[in-house]
Amino acid sequence: MVNEASRGSAPVVGSSIPSAGRHWGRTFWQRAAPVVYGLIAGGVLLLVMGKNPIAFYWTTLESGLLTWSGLMQTIIRLAPLLLMSAGFIVAFQAGLWNIGGDGQFLLAAAVVAGLGAPALGVMPFWLVLPLLCVVGFLVGGAWTVVPSLMKAYYGMNEIITTLMMAFIGINLANILIKGPFLSHVTLVPQTDVIPWVYLLPFIPGTHIHVGIVIALVALVLVHFMQTRTSYGLRLRILGASPRAALHAGISVKRDIVTAFALSGGLIGLAAAVEVLGVWGYVRADWNPAFGMTLFAIVFLAGLDVLVVIPFVFFFAVIQIGGHEAARQAGLPNDFLLLLIGLILFFMVLTEWARTRGWLARLRGRHAGSMAAAAEEAAGDG
Amino acid sequence: MDSIFTADFFAAVLSGAILAGMPLLLAALGETISEQAGLLDIGLEGTMLLGAYAGFVVTNWTGSYWVGFLAAIAAGIAVSLLMVVFCVRMGRDQIVVGIAILLSMEGLTSLLHAAQFGQSYPRLDAVPAVPIPGLSEIPVVGPSLFTQPLIVYIGVALVFVVAGLLSRTNLGLDIRAAGRTPVALDNAGVDVMKIRTVAALCTGALAGLGGGYLAIVTAGIFVPFMTGGLGFIAIVIAMLGRGRPVWVLIGSLLFGVALSVATALQLAGINVPTDVVQMLPFVTVIVALALFARQSYLPAALAQPFVRGRR
Repeated sequence: MVNEASRGSAPVVGSSIPSAGRHWGRTFWQRAAPVVYGLIAGGVLLLVMGKNPIAFYWTTLESGLLTWSGLMQTIIRLAPLLLMSAGFIVAFQAGLWNIGGDGQFLLAAAVVAGLGAPALGVMPFWLVLPLLCVVGFLVGGAWTVVPSLMKAYYGMNEIITTLMMAFIGINLANILIKGPFLSHVTLVPQTDVIPWVYLLPFIPGTHIHVGIVIALVALVLVHFMQTRTSYGLRLRILGASPRAALHAGISVKRDIVTAFALSGGLIGLAAAVEVLGVWGYVRADWNPAFGMTLFAIVFLAGLDVLVVIPFVFFFAVIQIGGHEAARQAGLPNDFLLLLIGLILFFMVLTEWARTRGWLARLRGRHAGSMAAAAEEAAGDG
Repeated sequence: MDSIFTADFFAAVLSGAILAGMPLLLAALGETISEQAGLLDIGLEGTMLLGAYAGFVVTNWTGSYWVGFLAAIAAGIAVSLLMVVFCVRMGRDQIVVGIAILLSMEGLTSLLHAAQFGQSYPRLDAVPAVPIPGLSEIPVVGPSLFTQPLIVYIGVALVFVVAGLLSRTNLGLDIRAAGRTPVALDNAGVDVMKIRTVAALCTGALAGLGGGYLAIVTAGIFVPFMTGGLGFIAIVIAMLGRGRPVWVLIGSLLFGVALSVATALQLAGINVPTDVVQMLPFVTVIVALALFARQSYLPAALAQPFVRGRR
């Protein structure tokens, strides 16, 4: 049943599942090369449009990384991006396509922002913040339950269900913001504002809220889970081959549901950190749409929660700095989307170039490692 | 309460449903062909955007919306060439390539739009509607359903063309085999790559046309990100249609009604939150799936690259 179920959506990323022992330098260059090619291609494009690519990239770097305020903004942006990436990676590694990240993010954001101000009225603020982070985690996680149960028990393809739940989540967030959570103080439909002083505290000496610390701790925990626990191994096997997982006696249904919930939970936590660290409220129709670009970036990083850090950092720099660079060059901000798209195409190309010709050898090695993993899992249980 | 459900109201909902549903229908029809051939085109939204842009620009230049539709189709085919090269030929991950297509087309069309129309915002003339003699005189339904631009009738005809193609031709059989068991198709002496290439190009053409319709007929203007998730809704419709174009037509009209009914209600003086109405079809589908669906019905080899000789 589960075999039948998972065939249609079996992960095609098997070869990029990281092994425990990796060659850091080489792996990193292999993963960073497409970024360089993409930037060069983007530069050529800028030249064609009569803009100065060196000036563009320099402004990006300068206002996203080399000035203190730009660097702080980049690090602030890093927090939700890293948490969301971790959420995607947990699901993708288990071979589960959680496409509905934006819905989980927005719904969690709306609930956290909506509950924030009222909660401050009834309990002390040092209790409210962690509680709201938990709420964000729970809401994000809860939004995956329908797709994951349908995947686990009916074999329903999760791409379609998470996508639908994302649309529902985005609309529901708006309904909540315009309905029960509507602030009666402002003209624009939005939630009540959590007073600035009650937002996440800054790291001493900076204006960077502690979200980044939460994100890094969460990433390390996820890395530990993936590499040092039997649960992490089970999820890797599930991702590599659902059939092998079933034969190894893994409770596939339970693991699908928990991995999905963890994925959505981390994305919900990302929303909580962004709302409680930066905004203090959520406006109707607000959608930063981090999902699709981060989707791309976690693939660039080979679905590795530690390798993803420099990539997301780079992305945050071009998001923050690119904004200013695009403004100065008279280009729309969306040039960055094109840049990310180009980088992805180059990633696909370089991967293809690496595997062409020795496909057979790679295949043999891959099959071997999977069998070993399955054996290991059997012994483990 | 009864008073608002007038003929005008239904007419507005119906014509709105067709206006909003046609791009969905065309794109979802395209996605159906791809999915049956084992290709999951997540970048559908990007294909639609380039189609919309090309359709708008060419119609604006030439003044002929037929040339515009052709340009939209050409643009869609151009985008699907990326799918062909990366996914069919190189066998790369379809979801990653799809997202690359989505992001780069969003960026590209926004960039091109800003470069050309940064200052002026030309609008296209309305596409003339052609009433079907006889049918268009039926009260209420007639003027709204059967007085449409010619392209709408072509779109509806395409449903049956695609249905016939998939179920009654050898090519359709090959396409479905490429999505179920490509190995068997290969053993039967048919080039899986070729079949999947044809399917991908059909998808591109239809999605491009869907985008073109959106820009030329529905909006009369191109705005960056104007598809606003329609491509993803089309993917959902195609998956729910299970490869049967008639169900794709029904699904598209259902979503079209949902997208237009809120506007119609507001015109009728009732303020129903758009969010609720837009959410309803998804809720309905999820509930229906949870209650009735007991198995996966997607082509077995969907989203799996085919490499000759690999098992």
